[in-house]
Amino acid sequence: MTFSVRAGLKKFNIDHSFEVKNIYEYYAKWIREGRLKVNSDWNKNLKIKFTVQDPCQIVRKSYGDPIAEDLRFIVKSVVGEENFIDMIPNRSNNYCCGGGGGFLQSGYTDARRAYGQLKADQILATKADYCIAPCHNCHAQIHDLSDQREHAWQTVHLWTLICLSLGILGPNEREYLGDDLKDVLVFHPESAM
Amino acid sequence: MPGEPIIIKGKKKSGFLDTVKELLPEGGNLNLCLTCGACSSGCPATGLEDMDPRKFLRMAALGMDKEILSTPWVWMCTLCQRCIYVCPMQIDIPQLVYNARAAWPREERPKGILGSCDMALRNDSCSAMGTSEEDFQFVVEDVLEEYQEAQPEFKDMAAPIDKQGAEFFLNQNSREPVTEPDELVPLWKILHRAGVDWTYGNKGWAAENYCMFLADDQAWEHITRTTAKQADDLGCKIFLNTE
Repeated sequence: MTFSVRAGLKKFNIDHSFEVKNIYEYYAKWIREGRLKVNSDWNKNLKIKFTVQDPCQIVRKSYGDPIAEDLRFIVKSVVGEENFIDMIPNRSNNYCCGGGGGFLQSGYTDARRAYGQLKADQILATKADYCIAPCHNCHAQIHDLSDQREHAWQTVHLWTLICLSLGILGPNEREYLGDDLKDVLVFHPESAM
Repeated sequence: MPGEPIIIKGKKKSGFLDTVKELLPEGGNLNLCLTCGACSSGCPATGLEDMDPRKFLRMAALGMDKEILSTPWVWMCTLCQRCIYVCPMQIDIPQLVYNARAAWPREERPKGILGSCDMALRNDSCSAMGTSEEDFQFVVEDVLEEYQEAQPEFKDMAAPIDKQGAEFFLNQNSREPVTEPDELVPLWKILHRAGVDWTYGNKGWAAENYCMFLADDQAWEHITRTTAKQADDLGCKIFLNTE
């Protein structure tokens, strides 16, 4: 992940010739340059609401608020500005979801869910239908927090929504979409497995 | 006129706190705590195991090494650094926690994290699921071929491994190739549509790093060196992380 590589290169003085970047910066760049022609028209009438988790490792611990702004630019571009609701607090001041630091693998399940209470309350307060979790640990934790609350929201990867908004999301790439989006703009529906 | 300094008798200063201070730039500011509690009031781990970040730091300052080096709370702090972000003195409590983790005998650290780190040391994939280079390559090629056929608009889509001179070296969380391979595809499609020149590495393709969470410096370094060398050997300009 972004943080372990950046911090590891520094901590262990590892010589290298590349730059370490996160893909959100590039998603935003490619949208701005017109290389990804995303479009939020699919949600104009549906008005499905989205919030987004700012991953600690990428925002607070690595690139700060500028990448959080890129993340919002991407999300608003693909779901529509009026359909995005921010959690409070957010960006560099966001709460960790509780999936980080190895917590998901540590075996302390009850403590992990108690930790996640704050995150669950934040998400519920937005009344969003979906929480976009652009990091794997966050995705797994926020998905589990939702399951603990009778599936109060859907938890989805960012790439799923980018492809949906490009009209290129096939029927087998919709694992994390709810029934409200299973049949929207399906690319090659005949390839359903 | 200043009076004589008051000498506090009793327990001597924390050995542990002093050790960690030696390791950190500016000593991690570990002596600058104003005890304001901003860290604890905004920490989701506050209250777990009857602990919170301020209490942990105060206990270290008071020399209660035995207690802070045995509390499982160090595995419930996610090292998210929000406490540093809100701290008026920028005190690096997460590094104190990290070093407390590292003080646990390796085999007594949480089995799940330990197992994920050990898996990553099994081969050069550095995957926490122990996936071999060959298995990764098989899944990537298999899924790619399937989608090229099913969705002809993407018949030219690529998912190269070890493409010399590619601009981007892409990391991939093992969960996708191992448990939900269809989730690989949206990312590939985006890169294809944007006309990006990218590659995976045969070595060090896996994005996750549980050795860091295990506080196993040697293993963390090994993984970082393996993946960094692969990116450099391929001549990639950008090491691109998806998470």
